[in-house]
Amino acid sequence: MSAPVLDVRGLAYAYPDGHQALFGVDLHVHRGERVALLGPNGAGKTTLVLHLNGILTAGAGSVAVSGLPVEKKHIQEVRRRVGIVFQDPDDQLFMGTVRQDVAFGPANLGVRGAELDRRVMAALEQVGMAEHVDRPPHHLSFGQRRRVAVATVLAMEPEVLVLDEPSSNLDPTSRRELADILRALDVTVLMVTHDLPYALELCPRAVVLSGGTVVADGSTYDVLTDDALMRAHRLELPFGFDPRTLGPGVGTGQGTAPRRTPDTGGSVASPGTHTNPGDLT
Amino acid sequence: MGAAHGHRLHHHGHSAVHRAPAHLKILVLVGFVLLVVATPREWYAVFAAYAAVVVGTVLVARVPLGWVLRRMVVEVPFLVFAALVPFVAEGPRTEVLGLTVSEPGLVAAWGLAVKGTIGVMASLTLAATTEPTDVLVGLRRLRMPPLLVEIMSFMLRYLDVVTADLGRTLTAMRSRGCEPRSPRHWPVLARSLGALFIRSYERGERVHLAMLSRGYTGTLPTTTGGHEHR
Repeated sequence: MSAPVLDVRGLAYAYPDGHQALFGVDLHVHRGERVALLGPNGAGKTTLVLHLNGILTAGAGSVAVSGLPVEKKHIQEVRRRVGIVFQDPDDQLFMGTVRQDVAFGPANLGVRGAELDRRVMAALEQVGMAEHVDRPPHHLSFGQRRRVAVATVLAMEPEVLVLDEPSSNLDPTSRRELADILRALDVTVLMVTHDLPYALELCPRAVVLSGGTVVADGSTYDVLTDDALMRAHRLELPFGFDPRTLGPGVGTGQGTAPRRTPDTGGSVASPGTHTNPGDLT
Repeated sequence: MGAAHGHRLHHHGHSAVHRAPAHLKILVLVGFVLLVVATPREWYAVFAAYAAVVVGTVLVARVPLGWVLRRMVVEVPFLVFAALVPFVAEGPRTEVLGLTVSEPGLVAAWGLAVKGTIGVMASLTLAATTEPTDVLVGLRRLRMPPLLVEIMSFMLRYLDVVTADLGRTLTAMRSRGCEPRSPRHWPVLARSLGALFIRSYERGERVHLAMLSRGYTGTLPTTTGGHEHR
């Protein structure tokens, strides 16, 4: 079986001011999976994300992307493989036009000319923003800017898309449109979110990070319905929302419901091979 | 403050001044300002001629004079400083409106004020008649170091974001019964400007992270595919 797209082992990190954010995180994400990374504020989710493309360097442990260790010497390749979409699109869109912004990443990788144009248009078409290619980003609505931010990363043709709070500040329609876009993408997704219904809708598998360690890793349905686990880690479902009323079939992304199979060796699209969250609490 | 189209310093129009190439206007402005600054401050009549040239340009550009004058308030702190000079400078004293002031100080203040005012007005005329992005194109054409042009283009991009930030802060202040325009509340305003600075600085760091994440190595790549987009 191929190397996992994301392979994080024993990752620990302390900020220069001494505050330790991660205490030995293990996380494996396989090709084609959509994984939600859940956890309360201050759990270390953003710190973990910044390790995935080498913005932060592991204090201990290791991070590898499709078998390539995250190290200085292949940092450019790592950053091509791991596309991070940050929470505030205004942080991500800094060029004069949508076209220039989407072209920024691939151009840094040395893509030029017709191939660059092709990548830009392909990425924008995937998020349904192709007709806005020559507009300045600040003239777009917030939802449109979020979609362009996703396109800026897609244009780099990453192996894994990492989204930080993709549904935050979106109106319900934009939120649903973004879900449709993410579902249609043929790419591995790691999604950091507090929006638990969104996680259930899009991600068959969920990982809970709390206090700098992974405290649960299993099917999103199992995690969200484990009341003790949820309470212990400051996770709460929105008022009136109960995954049990939807049944365990939702949120698998495929429409049907492949239930988790314990440790069968991880076939490609299976969300399995992970510890039951119930065993960990 | 709908920061939708254009910038607040730009006055949309189609006059000859508007249509002139940006790099030409920049060169003329720089040359003109240097000339003004180099003119001895005792040549009073010449300054009248300079002022006439600027006002004439504004009129030709069909930009309302009042519109330009209102934007000249940025110069006020500078003028206040100039007004202080006659009181603190050395030299023979003279009476003006019943106050004893230094005569060379008075001339120095006049020099500062008139050169500053003409310079600010000329710059505002350029800003009023040239789209900010065109100014950048003009600077690039004038072989301005690319790094500086990049910094300026970032400034342009985030001007609206920071202005909107400030607008929200002011609205929040007003909602809690504090009128930022009243001098009584200036200390509060100053603190919120400090907070705005910190926020903008942090945003700068986040933008940088986002750039690094997309493979930024220190130079902006040419993002224009085969043909030139603007």
